Amino acid sequence: MTPPTPEQWRALFEPRGVVVAGASSHPGKFGFVAFHNILRHDFPGEVFATNREGGEILGRRALTSIDEIPEGAADLVFVCTPAAANLDLLKACAAKGMRAAFVTSAGYGEAGDEGRAAERELAALARDLGMLLVGPNGQGVVSTPASLCAQIVAPYPPRGRIGIVSQSGNFVSSFQNYAVQTGVGVSRAVSAGNAAAVTVPDFLEYYARDDETAVALAYVEGVSDGRAFFERIRDVGRRKPLVLLKGGLTAGGQRAAASHTGALASDERVFDGMCRQAGATRPETVEEAFEAAATFATQPLPLGPRVAVLTTAGGWGVVTADAVTRAGLELLALPDDLRSAIDTKLPPRWSRNNPVDLAGAETRDTIPEVMQLIASHDAVDAVVYLGLGIQSNQARLLRTGPYYPDHGLERIVAYHERQDERFARAAADISEATGKPILTATELATADPDNVGPRTVRETGRVCYASSNRAVTALAHLWRYARYLQRRGL
Amino acid sequence: MTQAAAHTLSEHDSKRLLASVGVPVVEVRLVATPDDAAATARQLAPEGGAVVVKLCGPGVAHKTERGLVRLGLRGDDEVREASHALLAAAQPDDGREGEVGVLVAPMVRGSRELIAGVQRDGQFGPCVMVGVGGVLAEALADVAFRLAPIGRVDAEEMLDELATQALLGPFRGEPPVDRAAVTDVLLALSRLVESNTRVVSADVNPLVVVDGRPVAVDALVEVQA
Repeated sequence: MTPPTPEQWRALFEPRGVVVAGASSHPGKFGFVAFHNILRHDFPGEVFATNREGGEILGRRALTSIDEIPEGAADLVFVCTPAAANLDLLKACAAKGMRAAFVTSAGYGEAGDEGRAAERELAALARDLGMLLVGPNGQGVVSTPASLCAQIVAPYPPRGRIGIVSQSGNFVSSFQNYAVQTGVGVSRAVSAGNAAAVTVPDFLEYYARDDETAVALAYVEGVSDGRAFFERIRDVGRRKPLVLLKGGLTAGGQRAAASHTGALASDERVFDGMCRQAGATRPETVEEAFEAAATFATQPLPLGPRVAVLTTAGGWGVVTADAVTRAGLELLALPDDLRSAIDTKLPPRWSRNNPVDLAGAETRDTIPEVMQLIASHDAVDAVVYLGLGIQSNQARLLRTGPYYPDHGLERIVAYHERQDERFARAAADISEATGKPILTATELATADPDNVGPRTVRETGRVCYASSNRAVTALAHLWRYARYLQRRGL
Repeated sequence: MTQAAAHTLSEHDSKRLLASVGVPVVEVRLVATPDDAAATARQLAPEGGAVVVKLCGPGVAHKTERGLVRLGLRGDDEVREASHALLAAAQPDDGREGEVGVLVAPMVRGSRELIAGVQRDGQFGPCVMVGVGGVLAEALADVAFRLAPIGRVDAEEMLDELATQALLGPFRGEPPVDRAAVTDVLLALSRLVESNTRVVSADVNPLVVVDGRPVAVDALVEVQA
């Protein structure tokens, strides 16, 4: 299969105009939802609705034929019509200059022998017409640089640098929900559906070359040609990080084999080895997949494994130190000169080792100053910062209680919140200035997302991790990828 | 590639094939009679050193489980007696084992055993494996796979990936495992499965670590008929 052309990709992800075929005035139907979602998110190009009956949808006249659309006014058709209508539809669309079709219609490869035959016919026709065919049986396509929300599900994510492709439409939606929650946005997102023509590696290769995309995030179940899949994702991995969530692995290695090697070669182990060899990041869970991608998209890669933990919360520091070691990172032994430098900022009760536990000894400027000392030290490759938002959490109690704003509470609340905002900004600013990852974690990210600490982390465009082990897991993924590139001179 | 059309080479032929691509194997001789075995044992292990004798023939697999390996034999009588018993156990009448003989090899001393191998995966094609070996290899399943061909960096990363890293460091008075020598074995196996399309799978188990260096003590290669 020849890869899609740049013009076809542009028609899918940067269309000038979009046609919703099979548009409906019934708000419960996909043909309505798709049309609504495109308009709702202010797609700047022309949007046409077509169906057999005509009529009005969302105050716009529905056309009864593709023939009514001016030549060249649209280059993407979003197909919600029944499978039986789609061959004629594609021909009519191609004649009007459309170069991409996203097909939501079901009744294809997932629906028995007859459906599989129909799917092959659809793919062959699209190829002959020079049209990019995505789906069928997919949930939609999102392209934030083009303000395009052509999907039959929610949500529309903030703009960002994660490129998503999934063999399950629901995971596109789930990843986008995480994007909304964390504020770390998406460049493109597409549900590959049955992938009759355009497959997951096709999208990954596009993302590898797409300037809007910094990291690719994929969910796959089946892989049809394992060897070709490996070679293609390895090429992607050499250009950009690729996070690959795999479903449907069989457990154990209990197959009949004469050799021990054969008996040990479970799908899981071979797939895992293949990913490591390709430089692909392999998360274990859906949220780990998103957080790994979000971290690649928003933090610099560490140059080495040495982690410093900066904390104002003692217990969190201790368990984070454990997590760092378990994750295959290195808990840095604090160099003497760094210890001496921190000594000048704090009374002697701080931990004087890594984790750098300030032990309540900090004053107004301590946290940004110590963070700067740690991050700029040559022995430190990455920083995990804990304890953000504690002051604002108390501020919230003060602000919502009966004594506010009297008794000096207004002033102290404002001070606490200003401080947490400063600390969150310092983490982003110092990371940027030093080129080193600084990951901030606090359970307040989910316990109280409106807390000024986590809220400010989101405003800086970064993830506020809901626990330190999740931050460490994400950081370990970054280090493994950085090491993969380093060892191969890439 | 179907399993049905494959057969296993004898241990002797398996080792010769592996040695030809650069896998270090224990020096081993194939003999036909108990007397020849005793004479060979004297040559391979002078000064009363111990030898191992094993039944060898096409189709003789899983020798340990079937009691077809006799370890730590010293002196003519022990070697002769064990060889006689193995040849008697060959059950030539069942027609499966074919032409059998006795393999004689010096006992190799090393407290660490690795496993290395190749096989052809139905989805991803030829793969290389390394792991913690010996009789517990499958139970422990501390292994790493890569698709062949592998490069040296891939092979090094396979070793890094094993959970039981303590086994690769200094161990019970023995030096650390020579990682470069183990990666050489993996690269040799990768070459074998790439260059010889008849090879269905190959196991080196155990790959015993002797003074830090790996040496194949047993091996099994499956080939297409």
